Amino acid sequence: MSESNPPPSATPDKALEQVAAGERVSRLKLLRESYLYYSFKRDIGVQLCLLIFALMVLAALFAPWIAPNDPYDLTQIDIMSSELPPFWVDGSDPRFPLGTDAQGRDMLSTILYGARVSLIIGFGAVALQALIGVVFGLLAGYLGGRVDALLMRLADVQLSFSTLMVAIIVGAIVQASFGRATYSSYAVALLVVIIGLAEWPQYARTVRATVLAEKGKEYVDAARVIGLPSRRIMFRHILPNAMSPIFVISTVQIANAIISEAALSFLGLGMPETQPSLGSLIRSGFDYIQSGSWWITLLPGAVLVVLVLVINLLGDWLRDVMNPRLYKN
Amino acid sequence: MSANHAIATDEAAPLLEIKGLRKRFSLSAGLLDQLRFRGGRLVRNRKYVHAINGVDLEVLRGEALCVVGESGCGKSTVARTVMGLISPSEGEIRYRGERIDGLAPRALLPYRRRMQMIFQNPYASLNPRMTISQTLQEPIRFHHPDWERRRVEEKVVEVMEAVGIAPDWGKRFGHEFSGGQRQRIAIARALAVDPEFIVADEPISALDVSIQAQVLNLMMDAQRERDLTYLFITHDLAVVEHFGTRVVVMYLGTVCEVAPTAALFATPRHPYTRALLSAIPRLSDHGVERVRLSGEVPTPVELPPGCVFHGRCPIANERCRREIPQLARHGDTLIACHAVEEGRD
Repeated sequence: MSESNPPPSATPDKALEQVAAGERVSRLKLLRESYLYYSFKRDIGVQLCLLIFALMVLAALFAPWIAPNDPYDLTQIDIMSSELPPFWVDGSDPRFPLGTDAQGRDMLSTILYGARVSLIIGFGAVALQALIGVVFGLLAGYLGGRVDALLMRLADVQLSFSTLMVAIIVGAIVQASFGRATYSSYAVALLVVIIGLAEWPQYARTVRATVLAEKGKEYVDAARVIGLPSRRIMFRHILPNAMSPIFVISTVQIANAIISEAALSFLGLGMPETQPSLGSLIRSGFDYIQSGSWWITLLPGAVLVVLVLVINLLGDWLRDVMNPRLYKN
Repeated sequence: MSANHAIATDEAAPLLEIKGLRKRFSLSAGLLDQLRFRGGRLVRNRKYVHAINGVDLEVLRGEALCVVGESGCGKSTVARTVMGLISPSEGEIRYRGERIDGLAPRALLPYRRRMQMIFQNPYASLNPRMTISQTLQEPIRFHHPDWERRRVEEKVVEVMEAVGIAPDWGKRFGHEFSGGQRQRIAIARALAVDPEFIVADEPISALDVSIQAQVLNLMMDAQRERDLTYLFITHDLAVVEHFGTRVVVMYLGTVCEVAPTAALFATPRHPYTRALLSAIPRLSDHGVERVRLSGEVPTPVELPPGCVFHGRCPIANERCRREIPQLARHGDTLIACHAVEEGRD
């Protein structure tokens, strides 16, 4: 009945323009005024962590352009220059600042490429975990009842297998039935799938708990009263309000996935030596550590430790900042 | 009454009818927790909270029906059941003569446009991640997918102006507003789809006293301008006197008395209503005799037999302890009380 009334002249037009113009500015302003930004600005440790993490990610991302050699290119590898020490040890070669490994590959290039593989697997696995976990967690929390019981028991079953066990079984089966060559060419995808499938319950449980808390709030009732379908309520209303715990566990999970991949590669079930990740580099150098060539294992090991450490420190900080109970008092 | 159902457009017919509504909530967890050994046999033992026990109500077109009662008497459960947020255990809900309980979500959509709800807590009823204009546009876009962008925005501006919120605040988020402003926005959201019936579940009890009157007046203005019908849940009797056309008094999930506001405040009939009204603090003290109830509200898990009020009723007799009283018409008033029926009051 009220739509038929002509709107008061001039005012709505002006208001509409302001509404359209203001929307974007407000979000940026919200971030700048947020506690997150404030806390980040004051915490030098966190800034340092983010800087190191960003540098490592960038270096890994642009490895093909930065690295002096291509460890995948067999023509660039000379077995005669194997096991050369890094530059601060006597007998080093200026061509290889961080020395070479047992096959004569430049350590710096290999670490850059290896970090790239590790990060790709880490982010890929976490993306897969998050996708499965968020969808299952939302469904379990919002629909409740039988769906909840089924999905959460599934999560319990999944959690009762350790990641390593799943990986060992799947890896062994694939290697046995398709051969090592096929396994090598799909190793990255396979590891992403294995680590992703093994750890989704972490997300599902966290998301479910958050959804249960959000579901009781009246804005969800308001959305239901409007008549919005469940899917839209779950993804458009509840999910945006459940993002902070998802961010927090994502950081921890990326570190976990990188460690899992390193552990698997160390056991010989991960990346093959021809496309080394940090884990398989550590493994390949392990045989030479007693013979004096410590750098083949320790240098990629140090990179792995620093990478996982900064991610975990960032995650810790994020958890503190995003927990309103911690910062409000 | 049943003859009216066929005529959906009959102006005299009630807009909303609730019949024999019951809702119980299970207290027991899963099946395994319910099983118990008793006397060597496996027994399934289930406990329920009886939130509503046979409520009959009619909401007439254009009125503001106020539901009062103390905490836990099932007022909000009635409101939420009417809106389809929870499904009733028994009974029926009819809107314009059509049953709306147990309808599939898709079948409910036409009713969603006609019935809207205003919630108690304005701090929780706005999605914190959405701007005000997103919040207000959502119901319009959803119910009018064919409307073009400009028309939706014009509608948002119209409802924002109607509730006294400047339209250029639309880019802000809910947390940037005060409680009263948020409740205005929540009212605007309800009005955005041009409903004819609004369920308000204690819309002002979370607000400052100085703001309560503003929001109430806003709701009354909206009722006048938009020809609205309200089902207004409250525990504040002063609000009822100011706002309500008729009043429903509830106790422990049952309706005690339904009366026009003036009649109820002048001559309360049901013993519980009398006790409730005498508890209103007044400036002058003379002529008012306080009715003091002894005991406490019984637990809704194990309902007393007979009239739910008999344990605390000063005039209860043997019949009240045995038999559940039904709502009966006394003039304009409906009362569920054996004592009133027998003239013992």
